[in-house]
Amino acid sequence: MDSVESLEFAIQVDKLNSWYGDFQALFDVDLEVKKGSVTSLIGPSGCGKSTLLRSINRINERLGSYTRISGTIRILDHDILDESVDLSQLRKRVGMVFQRPNPLPLSIRDNVLFAHRIHGSSKNLSKREEERILEDSLRTVLLWDDVKDRLGRDARGLSLEAQQKLCIARLIPLKPSVILMDEPTSALDPKGTEALEQMIWTLAGEYTILIVTHNMAQARRASTESAFMLLGKLVEKQNTGDLFLNPIHQQTADYIEGRYG
Amino acid sequence: MNSDKKVLVCQDMDVRDSAWYWDKFFQILMLVSGVSAIFLIISIFFFITKEGFSFFFEPFSFREFFLSSVWRPTSLSNPSYGILALVIGTASVTGFAMLLAVPFSLCAAIFISEFASGRVREVLKVLVELLAAIPSVVWGFIGLSIMNPLIIDLFDVPVGLGILNSGIILGLMAAPIMTTIAEDALKAVPDHYREAAEALGATKWQVTFRVVLPAAKNGLVAAILLGIGRGFGETMAVLMTSGHSINLPTSPFDSVRALTATIAAELGETAVGSDHYRALFTLGILLFLVTFVINLTADIVVKGNKRH
Repeated sequence: MDSVESLEFAIQVDKLNSWYGDFQALFDVDLEVKKGSVTSLIGPSGCGKSTLLRSINRINERLGSYTRISGTIRILDHDILDESVDLSQLRKRVGMVFQRPNPLPLSIRDNVLFAHRIHGSSKNLSKREEERILEDSLRTVLLWDDVKDRLGRDARGLSLEAQQKLCIARLIPLKPSVILMDEPTSALDPKGTEALEQMIWTLAGEYTILIVTHNMAQARRASTESAFMLLGKLVEKQNTGDLFLNPIHQQTADYIEGRYG
Repeated sequence: MNSDKKVLVCQDMDVRDSAWYWDKFFQILMLVSGVSAIFLIISIFFFITKEGFSFFFEPFSFREFFLSSVWRPTSLSNPSYGILALVIGTASVTGFAMLLAVPFSLCAAIFISEFASGRVREVLKVLVELLAAIPSVVWGFIGLSIMNPLIIDLFDVPVGLGILNSGIILGLMAAPIMTTIAEDALKAVPDHYREAAEALGATKWQVTFRVVLPAAKNGLVAAILLGIGRGFGETMAVLMTSGHSINLPTSPFDSVRALTATIAAELGETAVGSDHYRALFTLGILLFLVTFVINLTADIVVKGNKRH
């Protein structure tokens, strides 16, 4: 445990290449994400940022043998591309929030407790324990007061903002080391976006967050470090302030100034 | 010049070209086809009701009809029209068939939809659909010539035609349809539910049992109901494999007679308008109502699913 505590980086991606069939989506991507930081991945559509994100919890492998990958990804110094890695265990430690809120077709309560139940080591968790976890998780995402009176309702009836918060809340019981977010606010209105960004800040420190965003203002507001990707390559990564004020590469400067993307 | 142009524009708006006429033609054709389906259903119902309804006044007796198991319509001195044995015959065969077909086809649907991939899935789907296309008389023949001696050999019974034989054959007949409908219901579950659950670390089994099956519940229930409706209405295969003897069964090896088989076997022998003839049409009304209610329930269940 000590060694994990002393680690500087939560995610280390090394020489990652990725293909969809014959199409190469990632070229020798190197990326190190500091533990407890909020790091944003920016870049134009199709630059590979989602592919990179979806490789880190290996959800991209759902597409079958059509996808190939080479290189290494280490989460807290564990090689997660190793054959011995159990995907269920990996995804317990690396949570993901999707572009469109995707609550399961269950009640709010069952959504929050879903992951907790499937990973539960002891089969019969006490009711009281579950209720405590439920409240803690919903409080963490600032949703408790809104939904405490309707925990039994279908989660799909919530507003999109609340749904997305719920999708984050259901990761909390697992205490994941890393939370991956794939444009988590793109389906939300400006008010919902602001609320979600604030919430993301409250999670920083405790969780390492890697967030893909189209929205550069969001990257500026809501991240400590930013990485810019273009055409499957990672162009540069800096502190968010530096990346936006003094980009090293001309491509980054062009993108930030809105010349393409 | 200016006014000329205006006139031209107005004329343009008035033109009905061939596309307009084709459009109208097909609209009317579709309307006629749609309405004719409704018209046909209503006329069928009207016809069987007209032929059978007067039976309800004479010699119908509620007690005898539903509670007696004596079906003796051709007796000259003492005809009796009790359908209890026929109803129990149909119900026991259908029930036995569902006992086999429901778990079998649900598992097949789950495998095809959730676990098989690529070529395996395609081949299985084609095979299942092919199975659904086998004519019922062929199934009946299989029951007579293969199942019958097999049952006699295996269980050491004098006759192999009965609930067991008929139930197995009917189960095999209903399974492909139920599999296809159940698979459609599973496929209709949006993939992002599966992705969400997998991203939370759920295994394939957990995704299937905790997310996909509950989400597809209504469609699966509808699949089962349609299978029951199929079993209820099946005639030829049941006639050939059930033994066709009026009997209150006490074991799965007993012969029974089904409602549908009774109509098929007897209607040709009756005089139009006789008591027997009208009694058979009353059986038809009963069958029509039961299948109608089953199908309607299935429909309502599926609609309930979509409202979400």
